[in-house]
Amino acid sequence: MVAEALFFSAVLFTIGVIGVLTRRNAIIIFMAVELMLNAVNLSFVALSRLYGVTGQVYVIFVMAVAAAEAAVGLAIIISIFRHHETVDLQNINLLKG
Amino acid sequence: MMHHGLFFQFNFYVFGLIAIASALAFVTRKSPVAAALWLVTTMFCLAVLYVMLDAQFIGAVQVLLYAGAIMVVFLFVVMLLNLGHVPGSGDIKRLWPRLLAGTAGILLLAELSVLGRQALPMEQLIVPAAQSNVVTAVASPLFNEYLLAFEVTSVLLLAAIIGAVVLAKRRV
Repeated sequence: MVAEALFFSAVLFTIGVIGVLTRRNAIIIFMAVELMLNAVNLSFVALSRLYGVTGQVYVIFVMAVAAAEAAVGLAIIISIFRHHETVDLQNINLLKG
Repeated sequence: MMHHGLFFQFNFYVFGLIAIASALAFVTRKSPVAAALWLVTTMFCLAVLYVMLDAQFIGAVQVLLYAGAIMVVFLFVVMLLNLGHVPGSGDIKRLWPRLLAGTAGILLLAELSVLGRQALPMEQLIVPAAQSNVVTAVASPLFNEYLLAFEVTSVLLLAAIIGAVVLAKRRV
């Protein structure tokens, strides 16, 4: 059961990485990051069956940080949208050399 | 709960595979709304996996927080910015980022296969506590050992709320 959960976690993390690398919509990239956080949470929960309940405590912290990150990140996306009228990262290249 | 019954194991695989399939659908959908809804499906399946791994409290929090709160905020922003309509080509990137993503995927899968050769220390599998004090098992370390981290998290959430309000305001 633990090994399978770790396998699912690795695959979900990989899918999240692929999402971050292949998409250009900032909101979808954000959602892919959330997927990666979820994959790590699954690892924590699976390993908490082997190493004690501490893993679940860490999952609570990861969820709190994810909520904070989603709030701030989406606010940043909204203010970027006000300036550029787009959330396509290809058009947001102010810092590009 | 029967932990090593065939039915239990079968359900575990089914929900894990649904989670992976809907994550794949999430990555490939063009419309942000469709992608968000597929991601909600993944998160519900992950909640099922948490419950099956004897983390019932985490499963409940997963449904409430991820599927119920964070994804609703995402959908709300998609609606607020009126991004639901996608032009024909969608937003999937060109050749180079795809090659990069493929390389990263192969690397991660290689790491997975290397890790798969080592055995997990199954002999120290912890017998789950009695079903009645699932929340106590999580709460007790949270409010004793990790009390400082818990309080710091509340400060972090406050800072995030203030930051989000200030960033999203029109005139500061």
